[in-house]
Amino acid sequence: MSVLDMAKGMGVTLGHLFKRPVTVRYPEQRAQVKARFRGRHHLLRHPDTGLEKCIGCSLCAAACPAYAIYVEAAENDPDNPTSAGERYAKIYEINMLRCIFCGFCEEACPTGAVVLGHEFELADYRYQDFVYAKPDMLVGTKGSKWQRREAERKGKEVRLGFEAGPRPELEGVDY
Amino acid sequence: MNDPLWVTFIKALVLVLVLLGGFAYMTLIERRLLGAFQHRIGPNRVGPFGLLQPIADAIKAIFKEDIIVSAADKVVYVLAPGISIIFALVAFGAIPAGPAKSLFGANPWVMNLDVGVLYILAMTSIGVYGIFLGGWASNSKYSLLGSLRSSAQIISYELGMGLAVLSVIMIGGTLNLQKLVELNVWSISPWLWPGLVIAFVAFLIAGTAEINRVPFDLPEAEQELVAGYQTEYTSIKWALYQMAEYVNMFTSAAFISTLFLGGWRAPGFFNAIIPGMASWPIVWLVVKMAIFIFLFIWLKATFMRLRYDQLMRFGWLYLFEIGLFAALLTGAVIAFVL
Repeated sequence: MSVLDMAKGMGVTLGHLFKRPVTVRYPEQRAQVKARFRGRHHLLRHPDTGLEKCIGCSLCAAACPAYAIYVEAAENDPDNPTSAGERYAKIYEINMLRCIFCGFCEEACPTGAVVLGHEFELADYRYQDFVYAKPDMLVGTKGSKWQRREAERKGKEVRLGFEAGPRPELEGVDY
Repeated sequence: MNDPLWVTFIKALVLVLVLLGGFAYMTLIERRLLGAFQHRIGPNRVGPFGLLQPIADAIKAIFKEDIIVSAADKVVYVLAPGISIIFALVAFGAIPAGPAKSLFGANPWVMNLDVGVLYILAMTSIGVYGIFLGGWASNSKYSLLGSLRSSAQIISYELGMGLAVLSVIMIGGTLNLQKLVELNVWSISPWLWPGLVIAFVAFLIAGTAEINRVPFDLPEAEQELVAGYQTEYTSIKWALYQMAEYVNMFTSAAFISTLFLGGWRAPGFFNAIIPGMASWPIVWLVVKMAIFIFLFIWLKATFMRLRYDQLMRFGWLYLFEIGLFAALLTGAVIAFVL
């Protein structure tokens, strides 16, 4: 390493001193999330009928390597069905502390009912608050349990700290 | 000439507080600057621009669990960081910051010693005891190895440092820092400049090694050697070592400025802007120190750490010789040319 090379190196670092930082000031600025990012689960409905896609088959729970999913199925009321199939998920819970966000449940699902979305701000205070039930995950629910609780307390809308590319199955569908 | 004792006490107290406050904010400045070098922002969460970060760090350091290793030599273990910080602080006292009686009628230095140069070299060397005893008293083989490594490094680089200083001392004919500044070693003869430039470069490198900064920061070496002698230290004792390191950095920057760059004096053309500006106390010394401290941070952002054998080889086979050559050159010029 000659003295000239060292001077050259010093010049390189000095040049970088005056470049703009690439840091995203996360809570204030929104983080960019890639379109295929795997975050918190969404439970989808059929866009046309509004019926739940989940038929309570428990295949997601079987596929789950972390044993994070608990499904309890029940027969549909024929006059007022909850899901499009014979049965529906009476209880559908995912423990977000156990979940490793691998997406196997998404792959195992025969009806495409469970989809991993983009939300990742799942921090909370108590163990039981990490068990997400159906109302916390049904499509249209925005934000984690904590975010929704805080938003309700402050009377504001849920503000997600990230932006993501389009997810057609999650967006642009009104129920 | 000399101030009354109580004035000296006040000055010493203010100097210590300024140095410790300087240390606290130096950590912030260093982290922000390194962040900027790496396209990051650095700490900006605590207070505006992160200005309260040092206070948060201090609170954290004080209230962390203070572990005293059960197998440690307790007295020495507690004493070692104290040795480091006390002698780091004490060394700075001999640096003059302005002409006599210029600081509200008081002398802008704590001590004006006739052996100022030797005094600073001696006090910074005693800091090695803090490192060595810390490693020894921890009763951990890795701490001991780390402290041995660090002591060897600091002692080796002191040689090059001392030899580099020798040129300045020969030219000035005095060890009194205040007289050296007033004399201005560069103004005597252009024939002395080559020797001075070589000595300056050697001193700068040796000074960087002496204060354990990158690329000579083997004593710390967080990444691969897990902080050597400080491995067993936690909480405020660890913070004291850090303090000592940064105060040594200030001392080193001030010492280099005083020996080679005219200390508290500024170039004469500043007098044309505001009369007397060139001999303002403190200001110019702080400006020069800031330049050197920026240089240290810049080096940290640029270079990787040397390997231990490279470090020793460089110290003994190059720096020692460069310092010796500068001393011989200056001596020859003084003997035969002037």
